Amino acid sequence: MSTSIARLIEEHNMKQDEYEVLLRVLEREPTEAELGVFAAMWSEHCSYKSTRIWLKTLPTTGPQVLIGPGENAGVIDIGDGLAAVFKMESHNHPSYIEPYQGAATGVGGILRDVFTMGARPIANLNALRFGELSHPKTRSLIAGVVAGIGGYGNCVGVPTVGGETGFHKSYNGNNLVNAMTVGLVQADRIFTSKAQGVGRAVVYVGSKTGRDGIKGATMASGEFNENAESQRPTVQVGDPFTEKLLIEACLELMQTKAVIAIQDMGAAGLTSSAVEMASKGKLGIALDLDKVPLRESGMSAYEIMLSESQERMLFVLNTGYESEAEAIFKKWGLDFAVIGELTDTGRLVCTRHGKIEVDIKIDPLVESSPVYNRPYETTPPQEPLKDDALLLQEEHTLISILKTMMGTPDLCSRRWIWDQYDCDVGTNTIQASGGGDAAVVRVEGTQKGLAMSVDCNPHYCLADPVLGGKQAVAETYRNISAVGAKPLAITDNMNFGNPEKPRIMGQFVGACEGIKEACLALDYPVVSGNCSLYNETNGQPILPTPTIGGVGLLDDVSRCMTIGFKGEGESIIVLGETKGHLGQSLYMRAMFDSEEGPPPPVNLTAERRHGKFIRQLIHDRAISACHDVSDGGILVALAEMALAGDRGCKLEGPCADVSFWFGEDQARYVVTTCDPDGVIARAQAAGIPYMILGLTGGEDITLEEDEVELLWLREIFESRLPDYMDGHEA
Amino acid sequence: MKAAVVVFPGSNCDRDAARALSRLTGQKPLMIWHEETELPVLDLIVLPGGFSYGDYLRTGAMAARAPVMREVVAQAQKGVHVLGICNGFQILCESGLLPGVLIRNTGLKFVCRPVRLKVENTQTAFTGKYEEEQVITVPVAHGDGNYFAAPDVLAALEDKGRVVFRYVDNPNGSLNDIAGLMNEAGNVLGMMPHPERADDPAYHRQDGQLLFESLRSAL
Repeated sequence: MSTSIARLIEEHNMKQDEYEVLLRVLEREPTEAELGVFAAMWSEHCSYKSTRIWLKTLPTTGPQVLIGPGENAGVIDIGDGLAAVFKMESHNHPSYIEPYQGAATGVGGILRDVFTMGARPIANLNALRFGELSHPKTRSLIAGVVAGIGGYGNCVGVPTVGGETGFHKSYNGNNLVNAMTVGLVQADRIFTSKAQGVGRAVVYVGSKTGRDGIKGATMASGEFNENAESQRPTVQVGDPFTEKLLIEACLELMQTKAVIAIQDMGAAGLTSSAVEMASKGKLGIALDLDKVPLRESGMSAYEIMLSESQERMLFVLNTGYESEAEAIFKKWGLDFAVIGELTDTGRLVCTRHGKIEVDIKIDPLVESSPVYNRPYETTPPQEPLKDDALLLQEEHTLISILKTMMGTPDLCSRRWIWDQYDCDVGTNTIQASGGGDAAVVRVEGTQKGLAMSVDCNPHYCLADPVLGGKQAVAETYRNISAVGAKPLAITDNMNFGNPEKPRIMGQFVGACEGIKEACLALDYPVVSGNCSLYNETNGQPILPTPTIGGVGLLDDVSRCMTIGFKGEGESIIVLGETKGHLGQSLYMRAMFDSEEGPPPPVNLTAERRHGKFIRQLIHDRAISACHDVSDGGILVALAEMALAGDRGCKLEGPCADVSFWFGEDQARYVVTTCDPDGVIARAQAAGIPYMILGLTGGEDITLEEDEVELLWLREIFESRLPDYMDGHEA
Repeated sequence: MKAAVVVFPGSNCDRDAARALSRLTGQKPLMIWHEETELPVLDLIVLPGGFSYGDYLRTGAMAARAPVMREVVAQAQKGVHVLGICNGFQILCESGLLPGVLIRNTGLKFVCRPVRLKVENTQTAFTGKYEEEQVITVPVAHGDGNYFAAPDVLAALEDKGRVVFRYVDNPNGSLNDIAGLMNEAGNVLGMMPHPERADDPAYHRQDGQLLFESLRSAL
């Protein structure tokens, strides 16, 4: 073995036994470029080698599913000949090393996954996790990530309509950036990556290829140490302007008959897109790397094949349509180059300066990709909370606790973040961040809307991965139901630590089990997804964070439900059973810094029944506001409704127990109505537990002879994040 | 009313503007590609929002030199009405059709939110349907909306009633809270807020609709 090959094996984290498989497939020693191709294709990031056997267990079918996992994004039927295309993807490692570009290119990558399928992107969402506010890097990471997401999404003209943000010390060295895009396409105009037709031209379009992002997929398949910043050259640099041109040019080309197959160049760049297209079509592909538009001179075959330069696409064009296609890309000012053709050899052959640098049989490259059934340990159940854990000093009242909680990083307003995202471009946004439990974007030209929500409670997932996975799915289901939409399908973005540690692998296996159960019980399949492993720094893993992105359909956007209180004197009712579960609650974290106890049980039968009930109430215009009860429990939900509607409430409950007001029992919604008798009669008939909690009105929230002015509560809620970002102490 | 929307590479509110115009006038506006050098007879030209040329160099600077702009300037000088929204306003300033310049927001961040505007001049083709001093709510979404001009320029704008919209809560640091202004002849209006994002009952904001209705009845 040459020294350069030995060095590359080490740099790519390729295992010795994997290298031996490579030798068997190739039947000789690899060139540098070939080693790069194998290493990238077999990286955790591209091959899902640790997770594939578990991901295969997830439910992925249903009458609404047009295309499930395996393509660039999932596709679901939304009626009228239209389909929604969506996926969520992480860009965690790059966003820690270089927050602005890391987050920006995360948005760019997921957008490409969606418009590659022929869909016009209509909404972006994101789920972010940062370290604790007191950590010296957190402030600059938040500023950089948020500016990066906005900088990209705003420029390409796709509204960023929702998301969630969490903080925990386990993310100090590994922040998470999960970006989701939802697009719209005519159901009979969906494009895929399957190459067809020997001799057809393989065409490269978009930006030129540079040396940025080389080994990015490999970098994302390893842990960090204190020198993480030294990997900055592996982070790609985004150009949203070019992406915008690429979207318009690709969608314009797709209106013609020119496109046979299309694949974006994402992780592992030209390597994975060429292999993917040829492999799906059971064909070979020959590339002349001298024809690839380059940004800098002297690039080797290895560098060209592994560059992760952004905003690039690979097409297979219909014979005879090359000049029509070229004219469209020239019009949009984008590079267009025929760089090769499809062959019947079943091989990936790449030449550079007249020399064959890569010659690999594609089937064995794909089929011999390693699959690991890694050993795993099941997370042991948590001890129940001790009763004395609930003892608070006497000066605390329910209202004073609420005031404390509304100013915690986990609950405070995210306005500082979403003010920086253009949420209206496209003029179809019915509801964006802050208005309701799920974002709603109108399906242009119809009365329908797509509802979307991203959710995960990593604290629940750490304490009980199976339950946590279940709960994340159920929460998106609830949020989508709470705006009146029918939940249709999900995308999953699995963020975990090092899968080679049995404890971490056990978290992953558990979360998959929970997601599977919830998807089955709720008829809510997984249609796309992404895994991000090795989120560890110096051996410290993140909380297990299986972020779920749900999409649902609202038949009539004029019925879209919001959380804000609407009128004076309306009745407030909580639907669903309240037992007062405080294990892993936000209350315990905020008041006792405790992350103990089991998380609240998830009853999927109740979730399904209550969701359906709520959707019916909304459809019948029987309620005026609706909010699901999640982090912080009933009193926090009520405070959020009061703030959103700028209207107070007078509350009375069955007791003054903190567990009642702050417990996080699942499958619950708070609603307001002018017709409490009607809603109660319907709840009784449907067998759904309910409880009247008081009346809306006034300028305060009043409970147990104590009160807080909304103005004051709003100040606490709204000032926390801006003050912190302005440099105030954590 | 015969209307056209100019499309630059990187425009991203072109379709939104076109939709607002179609809804109101019942006919689709012409979409004019930035490389065009001749324009048909028009009553209204809209320069839409977005990030023309990626905001590279300076916002609006490169678009102002696009082939189509020579013709837009010529038409404006002949009295054709021109509406520049957001990036369109930036382009109008860079092309010299409007005075001053739009620089980085004082907060140094992109700002997307509904803002309140006071309609300062209703004697224009763009605002005839509003009431004097009416306060309307229209969203802004920009990183460079901070209006700046020399003191004598500002004084001239104020003296001649050329400040058409003024922020009630200034989101970007604009001098004199200027949100929208017109040329001396009154046929060119540039504004940072997006009236085309506030003309649809489905999202409960309709204050921008009167701007398009004003144009329809004036032109």
